[in-house]
Amino acid sequence: MGRQRVKFTFDGDLVKEPIIYMLGRDFHLVTNIRRADVGDALGWVVLEVDGEKEEIERGLQWVSSTGVRVDPISGDVLQG
Amino acid sequence: MAFVSGLRCRECSREYPGEALNVCDFCFGPLEVVYDYATISEVVSRDRIAAGPLSIWRYHDLLPASGEDPVDIMAGFTPLLKARNLGERLGLKNLYIKNDSVNPSFSFKDRVVSVAATKAREFGFETIACASTGNLACSVAAHAARAGLRSVVFIPSDLERGKVIGAAVYGPTMVAVEGTYDEVNRLCSEVGDNYPWAFVNINMRPYYAEGSKTLGYEVAEQLGWRIPDHVVIPSASGAMFTKIWKGFNELACLGLLDGVDSMTFGPDQNTVHHPAITTKMHMAQAEGCSPIVNAWTEGQTQVRPVRPDSIAKSLAIGNPADGIYALRVIKESDGSAYAVPEPEVVEGIKLLAETEGIFTETAGGVTVSALKYLAESGAIGADELTVAYITGNGLKTQEAVEGVVDPLFIRPTMGSFEEALEGRAAKVSS
Ligand SMILES: Cc1ncc(COP(=O)(O)O)c(C=O)c1O
Ligand SMILES: [Zn+2]
Repeated sequence: MGRQRVKFTFDGDLVKEPIIYMLGRDFHLVTNIRRADVGDALGWVVLEVDGEKEEIERGLQWVSSTGVRVDPISGDVLQG
Repeated sequence: MAFVSGLRCRECSREYPGEALNVCDFCFGPLEVVYDYATISEVVSRDRIAAGPLSIWRYHDLLPASGEDPVDIMAGFTPLLKARNLGERLGLKNLYIKNDSVNPSFSFKDRVVSVAATKAREFGFETIACASTGNLACSVAAHAARAGLRSVVFIPSDLERGKVIGAAVYGPTMVAVEGTYDEVNRLCSEVGDNYPWAFVNINMRPYYAEGSKTLGYEVAEQLGWRIPDHVVIPSASGAMFTKIWKGFNELACLGLLDGVDSMTFGPDQNTVHHPAITTKMHMAQAEGCSPIVNAWTEGQTQVRPVRPDSIAKSLAIGNPADGIYALRVIKESDGSAYAVPEPEVVEGIKLLAETEGIFTETAGGVTVSALKYLAESGAIGADELTVAYITGNGLKTQEAVEGVVDPLFIRPTMGSFEEALEGRAAKVSS
């Protein structure tokens, strides 16, 4: 089993897609939303995903492929 | 000793002990240092600061690590110069340059890394690491050498040569990653979960970021404990921008500024705004990576991440961690944000070099071109006290200005010299 903290950023019409629901249905991941801010044209969700390691990887790859941006949580507070 | 009482979540205010943590376990928001300002206000004074070392550690009472034996290569206390020539060019009579390009590893990153390295050693780490757009790698490797720690620096493999060599020379383990900075960043967050290392901009981040406050303190001290009317600052993550503002406000609240009464900080120390702090905060980014400026221009309170494509590689962070906080500072200070067109980055480097004799890297070119725009558009008045922050050194991004090299090629004779000189004069006057 694995667990990962991630941030999804949605742009445009992607705001309306049931991305998080699909992660549960298609990848058997348990999602736990900690913070979110979703507007008409832009939104983000900070969440933890639990599940099989490979499924987490596949699931997050699928989320990326829809056009939703996926960032690791510690990445959210980095600077260069 | 440091006057730190712990860490607090920027988003939900939950409190944590002052350990090597950076994310709130509950809401995953960023953690910030909490200070014991009551005690600080009893000990700190202008005289005590003035008697301190000529480095950022003169402000140790206001930093989250002990100033007794810091990892110090003398970061900070860099020159603040009155820029008469550039001012004349831009129609500004009261313009100053904060030349932070002359830090020991040639960028302002020495300020943040000196604090992070000191803290890492205090926590007992043996290795310090970072994900970097270049300058940070140089600074981490240099401070590790000084501290006798091991360092591991992760960089995108397409970095400027000056930054790669400028880091490698100190002997770190250098990891050049095939990918963008955002990908390096992603990898490092995974590495950080698996290795017991002090990543200065991951698990050390709350302490690290505080080092940039000294850019605010120093400018105020160098101006005779006054604050400017305007500052122009280059941003990537937006962290330095927010910390300069915090630095000004701390000085005011502690009663250290000329003619300003002290004020209590209140529970949320990071958003304190003393009414005497009237500095307008202007942010500069390059058009090829300007997510914070875009959000400001569109009136958004959130930042839409971008894929960077800019000559200003040190500012090329597509997903700026402190973007939303920087937006709040722009608003609170009645400031602005400007995206410099890519070709004007190099123009800015040249303008500063030709007028003031200061050779800055691309980030400084962004700052100078934004300053030019602000002056021309009237946002900065002719007599207003303005400080432009030059945060990195031109020797690290020489590729950007390769085109300036145009010597007179001659034979070693007087005749050849005079012929060439006349030819150049004719070319210039035509
Ligand atoms: C020279 C230089 N200036 C400015 C910045 C921006 O700093 P921040 O990420 O705190 O906005 C950087 C960051 O990498 C830099 O290298
Ligand atoms: Zn929190």
